Amino acid sequence: MNNSLNNLEKIIEDSIVEGLRLAATHLPTDVSDALKKEYSNESGNVAKVQLEAIIKNFELADELKLPICQDTGVVAFFVKLGENFPVKAKLKDILIKATERATKEVPLRPNAVDLFKGNTKTNVGLRGHIPWIYWEIVPGDDLEVIVMPKGGGSSNVSRLGMLTPGVGIKGIKKFVIDTVAKAGAKGCPPYIVGVGIGGGEDMCMTLAKKALLRKIGERHPDPKIAEMEEELLSALNKLGIGVMGLGDGNAVLDVHIEIMARHPASLPVGVVLSCWALRHSYVKVTKDGKVTLSDHIP
Amino acid sequence: MGNDVVLKTPISEDEIRKLKAGDTIYVTGTMVTARDEAHKELLHMKNSGQEIPVDLNGLALYHCGPIIKKENDEWKVVAAGPTTSARMEMFEADFIKAFKVRVIIGKGGLGPKTTKACQEYGAVYAAFTGGAAIIAANAIRRVKNVYLLEKLGMPEALWVFEVERFGPLTVAIDTHGTNLFEIVSKEVEENISKVYKMVGIENE
Repeated sequence: MNNSLNNLEKIIEDSIVEGLRLAATHLPTDVSDALKKEYSNESGNVAKVQLEAIIKNFELADELKLPICQDTGVVAFFVKLGENFPVKAKLKDILIKATERATKEVPLRPNAVDLFKGNTKTNVGLRGHIPWIYWEIVPGDDLEVIVMPKGGGSSNVSRLGMLTPGVGIKGIKKFVIDTVAKAGAKGCPPYIVGVGIGGGEDMCMTLAKKALLRKIGERHPDPKIAEMEEELLSALNKLGIGVMGLGDGNAVLDVHIEIMARHPASLPVGVVLSCWALRHSYVKVTKDGKVTLSDHIP
Repeated sequence: MGNDVVLKTPISEDEIRKLKAGDTIYVTGTMVTARDEAHKELLHMKNSGQEIPVDLNGLALYHCGPIIKKENDEWKVVAAGPTTSARMEMFEADFIKAFKVRVIIGKGGLGPKTTKACQEYGAVYAAFTGGAAIIAANAIRRVKNVYLLEKLGMPEALWVFEVERFGPLTVAIDTHGTNLFEIVSKEVEENISKVYKMVGIENE
C-alpha cells in the first residue's frame, strides 16, 4: 500500500511537471486558431507583420519544446480533488516540488521575488503562497489540475473596481472599456478579457481570472451575459488600440464574463486581461495512476 | 511604411537621425539587456562616480528579462522576448543622456520624456513583437558576458548578447519627435466616447 502510494505521488509530480511544460511551450488550440483567424482576416500591413511574428513564434516554440514567451509567469493551480483520491494533504508539497523541477527542466524563468530577499530562483515563494493553489473538493476518485502560468505584463494592466451599485450595468461596461483603453499597448494585445462581477473585492478578481479559462468563442450560457460579451467585444475593438498597440487590427480576441451575487452596498468588478499568449494545461490523475495531459480543459 | 535597414553596432548618431517612425529595422552586433533594476543600478553607479561595467555608447539596449541556462559552462539563451517598456520611462531619458545608447528595444512604447531625450541626444525606440521570445532567441548568436547576475537575478541582470539581424523592429519613436504609441493612445482617447455610445452610455 505504502509503495503504491509513493508511486502515485511520483506520478502526480511527474505529470504536473509535464503540465507546466505543456502550458509554457504550447498554446491551447482555441487560442492559436483564433490568432490564425485574425491573421487571415487582417488586411493592414502593420497588424499582419505583428501577427505573423506571433504565429511563427508559437509554432517554433511548439516544435522546439521551448517556452513561447520568456515570461513564463507566476504559476497558479486550479485543483479539483476527488474525495476518494488517496493523496490529499501531501498535494501542496507535490505541486511545489513539481514547480521547482519544471523551473529547471523546461526551463521556466524564475519569477518569484521576495520583497526583502529578492528572486528565490525556484518560482516558489519563501512564505508558502507561491505557486498559488485554488482548492475545490469534489465527488469522485480523480485529481484534476489546471495549470495556469500568467505573465506580468497583462496582469499589471488588470484592474479592480469597487463601483457604486447605482451605476448599474452601464457602469460595469464603462469600467471594462476604460480598463482596456488604459491598458493600450502595455499588456501585449490582442487581449482576452476576463470579467468577474459580484462577490467581493477578492472573489471578483478570481472569477475574472477563471473566466479566461473558457474557450475562445464560447459564449456564457445565460443569454443576457452572452449578449453583453458580444457587445463589449465589438465595442472594445473600435477603440483603435490594434495588435501590439500599434493601432492596426483587433486588440481583443474575446470577452468572457462571469457573475456571482454581491453585497447590496457593493458592485465589485474585476477585469483580468491576458496577453495573446493565454497559457494553460489540464492534468488528470486517477487513483490508479492513469494520467491524462491535455491543452484542452474538458 | 518606410525602408528596411540593418544597423550594425557601434551605431552612429547620423544613422539614427536618418530613421523615421514606421521604418522596419534590424540590429546586428552588440545588444545589452536592462530592466527596471539594471536601469536604477547603472544610473546610481554613474551618479556616484563609479565606472559602469559595459560601455553602452552606440549599442542597442533591450528591455528584456530572458530565460538563460548554462550548458557545458556556456550560457544558452532559451527565450528572450521584450518586456513592457513603460516601466522604464522613469529612467530612460537620464539613461540615454548618460550612456548614449542609440537603439532602445522593447514593447508597448515609452513616454514624452524619452521622446524628448531621443530627439535631443540621437536615439530611437524600436518595438519588437511582445512574446516573440523564440524568434528573438534565434537571432542571438551568443552571450558575450553578464553583469550584476548575483545581485539582480536572471531576469534583471545585464546580459550582453551578440545578435545577427535582430528583428523585425518597428521604429516607434524617432529623433524628429514622432511617437507612434502616443499617436495611437491619442486616437484611443478620441474614440472612447464613440465606444461608450456603442454600448448605450451617453454624455460621458
